[in-house]
Amino acid sequence: MKKILDFRIVENRHFNENYSLLVITPADYSTLPRMRPGQFVQVAIPGCGITLRRPISICDVDVEENRLSLLVRKAGKGTTHLISMEKDEIINIVLPLGNGFSIDGIDSDRRIFLIGGGVGAAPLLYLSKALRKKGITPTTLIGARTPADLLMIDEFSRYSDVRTSVESQDAPDHCGLVTQHPILSESFDMIYCCGPAPMMKAVAGIAKERGIECEVSLENMMACGLGACLCCVEKTVRGNVCVCTEGPVFNINQLTW
Amino acid sequence: MVNLNVNIGGLNLKNPVMTASGTFGYGIEYSDFIDLNRLGAYIVKGTTLNPREGNPYPRMAETPSGMLNAVGLQNKGVDFFISHIYPVISAYDSELIVNVSGASIDDYVTVAEKLMPLERINAIEVNISCPNVKQGGMAFGTTTDGAAQVTKAMRQAWDKSLIVKLSPNVTSIVDIAKAVEAEGADSVSLINTLLGMAIDVERQRPCLSTVTGGLSGPAVRPVAVRMIWQVAHAVSIPVIGLGGIMDGRDAIEFMLAGARAVQLGTANFIDPAVTMKVIDYMTDYCERHGVKDINEIIGMI
Ligand SMILES: Cc1cc2nc3c(=O)[nH]c(=O)nc-3n(C[C@H](O)[C@H](O)[C@H](O)COP(=O)(O)OP(=O)(O)OC[C@H]3O[C@@H](n4cnc5c(N)ncnc54)[C@H](O)[C@@H]3O)c2cc1C
Ligand SMILES: Cc1cc2nc3c(=O)[nH]c(=O)nc-3n(C[C@H](O)[C@H](O)[C@H](O)COP(=O)(O)O)c2cc1C
Ligand code: FES
Repeated sequence: MKKILDFRIVENRHFNENYSLLVITPADYSTLPRMRPGQFVQVAIPGCGITLRRPISICDVDVEENRLSLLVRKAGKGTTHLISMEKDEIINIVLPLGNGFSIDGIDSDRRIFLIGGGVGAAPLLYLSKALRKKGITPTTLIGARTPADLLMIDEFSRYSDVRTSVESQDAPDHCGLVTQHPILSESFDMIYCCGPAPMMKAVAGIAKERGIECEVSLENMMACGLGACLCCVEKTVRGNVCVCTEGPVFNINQLTW
Repeated sequence: MVNLNVNIGGLNLKNPVMTASGTFGYGIEYSDFIDLNRLGAYIVKGTTLNPREGNPYPRMAETPSGMLNAVGLQNKGVDFFISHIYPVISAYDSELIVNVSGASIDDYVTVAEKLMPLERINAIEVNISCPNVKQGGMAFGTTTDGAAQVTKAMRQAWDKSLIVKLSPNVTSIVDIAKAVEAEGADSVSLINTLLGMAIDVERQRPCLSTVTGGLSGPAVRPVAVRMIWQVAHAVSIPVIGLGGIMDGRDAIEFMLAGARAVQLGTANFIDPAVTMKVIDYMTDYCERHGVKDINEIIGMI
């Protein structure tokens, strides 16, 4: 069931001037609703001159501590305000929203490949944790512009075998685009991908060519996040469908890319 | 106990709070957050004769204190509504109102004829004012002749309560309101979205695929209040007010200006439970002001 809840900020971990991890917990101490990897939340950000809520992926859920983490990248007014918020401030959130990645009933011998670009890596952390619980250690490839934008590598390493790809020369691992990383030549059964649209399209192209099943998480502009306004649609083989309810995760077979 | 009961052209509502078409889906989308049975009425999304895919993405852009949309009446058509949606939503104890759109008068009439046998639909809202479709829609709503023609045809096809939804994108909304009243509308609702436009200056492209779109949200509220006040003084049928209502205070503002009921649209996106808060606020407000019946405050200005 979806809820509207006030959350208290437990910690705002600033990685650099553009990225923050907000760790939050329900202000009324109620138990977090069950959330699936790949689902998202709608955050109200008052006091910065914006009107609509902003959709943010669920980056991690800590059931024992009853905490939720959101990885936020400064993109405009709303996110700039959000990453500057302080411990104990309250934010109002509608959650959980969207479908999430399909991992129910996945076999533990499957070779899983997660590919994240920039802040798009966010939902893959919770996904890798869920896969690890199922006895799968996925390979995670994270792409970023600079080494400073490679975030939460330690956390990812807890649940997966991590590779990185950075566009600048001082790359710790591979230098270039994620789609040029040598790990891509290995064989996989399934790819889960989230990042900028051009990156996801390139990954989808590779997956199709090699016959690997692939899911991508889209970031279309949203107003309601509930399937009511029909603003967020993506063209699919079944016509225009709402990304906020039938997505944000889609099997690439469903898309017209 | 304060009486919140209002009558809108033969339609009896337990309170004046409705939801605006296109912003509330079929209501079910909000059932986790609110008790749909508490609403005075809810208006389902724009329904057309044939299924429509709507406009290409992007269809939405946030603007100062509001948003532009260019959904373009995406819906699965009236037959799908009757066979798949109506059986589910007819279980709720609020008045259900279908918002009807068409590209021709025949389209409007056929949809009305198909809806007529549905027992739980006691009213339709005729959208003669959608700015997001090329054919029809707003074309009917921007001239007194066009508005009168659609209303006349619908009056013949529809025996139950007939609401005509007016466009603010006209020189004189009062003239349009008078024209639809003369042709037998039971009430008018206003305003639909204001035609607007926004440009992404970095990409040097319009924000919407359709270039222009409909502006809604708090940005349009003063325009809506003015139009409701003007129309309420000019016609004798009830006026339903909407456009930028975000909370209970705003809803009262519309009623003071002459609205007998209100609709909440964009506000549902920001607070999915806003309608319940507005209903509670109305009771509070009346108690604070020593008003026993909310009808006493309608059109005080
Ligand atoms: C399902 C989903 C999950 C997301 N997950 C994350 C995440 O985990 N971390 C993160 O930092 N960002 C995430 N985003 C993107 C985030 O929603 C936008 O960066 C944010 O809305 C920008 O708001 P702003 O006010 O800062 O910027 P604005 O000045 O409003 O806009 C800057 C840019 O952000 C994008 N944007 C603006 N409004 C919206 C909107 N309502 N919906 C979608 N995109 C918008 C547009 O491309 C716009 O050009 C996600 C988006 C979606 C749809
Ligand atoms: C996303 C969206 C879709 C809409 N679709 C319809 C529609 O199908 N039919 C209609 O008559 N009005 C439609 N409207 C207009 C609203 O019902 C309402 O008239 C307008 O948004 C002003 O009210 P508000 O400021 O409270 O949102 C739509 C508005 C929005 C934002
Ligand atoms: S954002 Fe409203 S339907 Fe998806």
